Amino acid sequence: MSDTTRRAFLKGAAVAGAAVTGSRAVAQQADPAITELQPWMRYLGEGVDARPYGHPSEHEAHVVRRNVEWLTADPVSSVNFTPLHELDGIITPNGLCFERHHAGIAEVDPAQHRLMINGLVDTPLVFTMADLMRFPRVNRVHFLECAANSGMEWAGAQLNGCQYTHGMIHNVMYTGVPLRLLLEEAGVKTGGKWLLAEGADASAMTRSIPMEKALDDCLVAFKMNGEALRPEQGYPVRLVVPGWEGNMWVKWLRRLEVGDQPWEHREETSKYTDLLDNGRARKWTWEMDAKSVITNPSPQAPITHGRGPLVITGVAWSGRGTVPRVDVTTDGGVTWHEARMSGPSMDKSMHRFYYEMDWDGAPLLLQSRAMDSTGYVQPTKDMLRQVRGENSIYHNNGIQTWAVNANGEAENVEIS
Amino acid sequence: SREGGFGLGRRALEAEVAAWDIDIRPDGTGLPEGSGDVWTGEEVWVENCAMCHGDFGEAVGRWPVIAGGWDTLDRKDPVKTVGSYWPYLSTVYDYIHRAMPFGNAQSLEPDQVYALTAYILYLNNVVEDDFELSRDTFLDVEMPNADGFFPDDRAEAELAQWRTEPCMENCKDAVEITMRARVLDVTPEGEADAVE
Repeated sequence: MSDTTRRAFLKGAAVAGAAVTGSRAVAQQADPAITELQPWMRYLGEGVDARPYGHPSEHEAHVVRRNVEWLTADPVSSVNFTPLHELDGIITPNGLCFERHHAGIAEVDPAQHRLMINGLVDTPLVFTMADLMRFPRVNRVHFLECAANSGMEWAGAQLNGCQYTHGMIHNVMYTGVPLRLLLEEAGVKTGGKWLLAEGADASAMTRSIPMEKALDDCLVAFKMNGEALRPEQGYPVRLVVPGWEGNMWVKWLRRLEVGDQPWEHREETSKYTDLLDNGRARKWTWEMDAKSVITNPSPQAPITHGRGPLVITGVAWSGRGTVPRVDVTTDGGVTWHEARMSGPSMDKSMHRFYYEMDWDGAPLLLQSRAMDSTGYVQPTKDMLRQVRGENSIYHNNGIQTWAVNANGEAENVEIS
Repeated sequence: SREGGFGLGRRALEAEVAAWDIDIRPDGTGLPEGSGDVWTGEEVWVENCAMCHGDFGEAVGRWPVIAGGWDTLDRKDPVKTVGSYWPYLSTVYDYIHRAMPFGNAQSLEPDQVYALTAYILYLNNVVEDDFELSRDTFLDVEMPNADGFFPDDRAEAELAQWRTEPCMENCKDAVEITMRARVLDVTPEGEADAVE
């Protein structure tokens, strides 16, 4: 909520006189929202021909992707952030899904797009989009998290808002062809142990993927949340690599090459390798560990209603399965409470949790702690730093703390 | 298409595979014919690369640093460059060819890419100034951080120790705030702009 809308909201709340805790408020005077005829009650609205492709209410204009200019040299090879603090449920609206490009948004003509399979295959093949649409399809809901999500927070609390600390993620339903079917169509030779996926944009993004994963649950997807992929998400076709770091989900997918060894390309040597404090680096850190964040309250979404009933909510996910349980603390981790999971629980998908409490107006230190279906418990940032140091950039899944003060304002902090 | 498959797609022609299959592997697989020396590389660099990466690979502004940073990987602020960090020379050739110059990708000829790669090696003190890189000399080059990487070991180093029943009550004696994002104040402002 912006400062201006927050002020307007508080002013409205004061007029209605609804600040009493523990008992229902009584209005001192009739509410003009009721007694005065509003324009939308009197006049006609727009017709069904006015909005062929609908858009959100003008009152939601602040719910947008945002970027942080100082993070990168240029907005073309850069990232923006999903406004997690404004969303609920588990599905990210297509227009709000964070973007990460290395050479900008490729505007691909689907009629001119081709997907090639070559390398250690019986028959190298070329598919058009029309060909791909004739393979059997599946629908899967998965999160896509950038390996660098929360990466700016390794050395301490830096950005003030879960959009910035955790917003390099989205969760949508993909429709696509199992990658296995396409590989089987070409016929993978015995020595084919690795797959190179390559994009059609000017970065010609490439990543090496072990054949086991390719044959397991990867998709070649052309729809998200029911409609065609957005250009910024790889239109007309992208790779879906469930549970694995977002960089591998190659957009504008144009080529799949089967090989007997990994390629060790730029995005798996210079980038997406995790430097430890002894100067050596992990490579091939593909899986995204279990993680969670409280989206409300949070720095961009303060408590504006005063004491009384408070809904604490957030999201949790794991690259290794589902998240059957999330714990929430309001006192910085002295006492934990099991949150209430709500909504579908799907493999390598986002989960929604709620913890309802009666807020007495005292400051809070809020944290959430995900536990995934493998029994893995989300670690603290200090636990991660003890193993990895502060320079690994990627894969920061440490527990996030929001300090809420007596005014309901929240801040990104680290605690002992 | 494969017998017993769906019969979809068509066989890729050799010329089509050749046009798109430009990837290079650490053992040199995929390298084209050609060669280039350090001083030719400097000329190509000044014309195509120095405006972002600096005359000596030191970088302009926030653009990537290409040279230097040796022996900084275990320090507080490591400088990760081709010389200090990259394990394979093949990646340098492959990446320059596929994605550089930024905004004009795949515009360089094989000889130019060989020459640029040689110049980057020279900037990083890996070769002398009379070095010429070609498919034949490619595997002679030893990258300083070739042994600096190991496959993901989280299964041993982390997963086992963090799969434990967590504490629910009386987990700490005291809690203190040790760091605040607001003190640093680097979060973008202007959420109001979008509203008004």
